[in-house]
Amino acid sequence: MKKLLILGAGTGGTIMANKMRKVLERDEWEITIIDQFKTHYYQPGFLFIPFGFYTKQDVIKSKSDFIPIGVNFIQSKIDKVDGDNNKVILQDGEVLNYDFLVISTGVRIVPEETPGLKDKLWHKNVFDFYTIEGAMALAEFFKTWKGGELVLNIADNPIKCPVAPLEFVMFADAFFIDRGIRDKVNITFVTPMEGAFTKPRASKVLGGMLKEKNINVVPDFYLESVDNDKKVIRSYDEKEVPFDCLVTIPVHMGDSMVKRSGLGDDMNFVLTDKFHLNSTKFDNIFVIGDSANLPTSKAGSVVHFASEVVTENLMCAIEGRPLTAKFDGHSNCYIETGHGMGALIDFNYDTEPLPGSFPFPGIGPFGLLKETRMNHYGKLMFRWMYWHILLKGKEMPIPSEMYMAGKEV
Amino acid sequence: MVQKEYAGKVIELDDNGYFTNPDQWTKEMAKEMAKENGEELTDKHFEVLEFIRKKIKSGESLTIRSIGKSGITDIKGFYKLFPGAPLKKATLYAGVSKPSSCV
Ligand SMILES: Cc1cc2nc3c(=O)[nH]c(=O)nc-3n(C[C@H](O)[C@H](O)[C@H](O)COP(=O)(O)OP(=O)(O)OC[C@H]3O[C@@H](n4cnc5c(N)ncnc54)[C@H](O)[C@@H]3O)c2cc1C
Repeated sequence: MKKLLILGAGTGGTIMANKMRKVLERDEWEITIIDQFKTHYYQPGFLFIPFGFYTKQDVIKSKSDFIPIGVNFIQSKIDKVDGDNNKVILQDGEVLNYDFLVISTGVRIVPEETPGLKDKLWHKNVFDFYTIEGAMALAEFFKTWKGGELVLNIADNPIKCPVAPLEFVMFADAFFIDRGIRDKVNITFVTPMEGAFTKPRASKVLGGMLKEKNINVVPDFYLESVDNDKKVIRSYDEKEVPFDCLVTIPVHMGDSMVKRSGLGDDMNFVLTDKFHLNSTKFDNIFVIGDSANLPTSKAGSVVHFASEVVTENLMCAIEGRPLTAKFDGHSNCYIETGHGMGALIDFNYDTEPLPGSFPFPGIGPFGLLKETRMNHYGKLMFRWMYWHILLKGKEMPIPSEMYMAGKEV
Repeated sequence: MVQKEYAGKVIELDDNGYFTNPDQWTKEMAKEMAKENGEELTDKHFEVLEFIRKKIKSGESLTIRSIGKSGITDIKGFYKLFPGAPLKKATLYAGVSKPSSCV
């Protein structure tokens, strides 16, 4: 039997297990997927938890519910990949051989990279919402908070779902209006970027939305440390922003497994061919999802689009043909803007997000780069699609390559 | 697109003043660009610029943190070398495109 191993059973790994089981002969190929945890988290749902829209139950399911029959699931921490010998070593020393490997170990937040961040105020006045623990602690805090300086800070890029911090402050605006204490809450968005978002046209539109909602923006702020006694965040060029409640998006890194395997860059992102989605070091290793060092968003929609490319190219490699599929970096994100409204952006490696409308067969169109109620429903619908269509590797009603129809150039 | 002369050569720049073709770059040009801002480049500066050029050439993403991990300087030192917005300035002098580290 030939062996396909998949490392990490999050969004990308689960999709690949489903897709590859459909296309590989069962009597020729054994497929095994490995993850350290039993629980699958719907990470986009973390954004909704601090505001009481979702509870923990809304965002968790058992990983095994999504792994198809005919795929082995091993629950273990992965120690490293030995690419020269086609082996994966698990934490307890067990060795697994492979013919082909898919890496989908994602990225995680590393608050330890910033002095003072994970200190005595952690989960008391300083919160993250990129983990279930952080999101829940913040929900508790908001229940009784009387107001003050609410600061959202992005420590560094790249981060998962770069629109989530923007959504957070817009939700916070709506949330505190509804609670009747918006006049007591000063909201400040502190970012290392030049403006609200990474791409110029989107940044302008989104920046305008923040202004309308009375949310302050402090740009070009690169976080050095958090002073727990003075309750300020400090940048490398010694600017300070005071906070009563700090919501942090800490530095993101790939799993240390990547480093131990010698497959990554200095942030432990896997060195990946941005078009063919295989490792730049080994032809029989493919990479999907956040763990890759691609110049596109780290987002579930990107994982979905990339999964079609990885499936096709894996089949090419297995059958000894040249790799035919080429990834364009397609990303498509709904942006919650509060009060039941939402916006949508759609872009790839070469085209920045543009205004216009996004044709969505059967349901759309969705307004691009503008606030509409339809976009908000799009985001809520995404959770259903995530569990029922996306993870199972079924066809989504959006093609993987970006198209220009409806966009205003 | 604009054109500008550095070290006796006409260079194509994008709307933000960044090189469109990194291969046109020479050390002399970097010195002239810095001089326009009243700055003098030392060997340390050039070590950083070479590091940036190498990273960009290999298609890797570039962040302030990766420069801080380069072994050439730490992040504080990087801010001292290129005061203000260090990454924007250093990539400008390095003759590469403006960083889009964030997507
Ligand atoms: C707050 C928030 C909001 C978001 N909103 C959106 C959104 O609106 N739209 C959107 O498209 N995307 C959104 N995302 C991003 C999306 O969730 C991720 O891009 C996606 O889940 C990435 O999938 P992945 O397979 O690469 O990684 P993951 O799904 O994170 O899976 C990685 C898996 O690898 C396992 N693993 C890692 N290392 C090891 C090891 N050494 N041993 C064993 N197992 C290991 C982990 O346990 C994990 O299960 C959001 C993310 C967050 C945090």
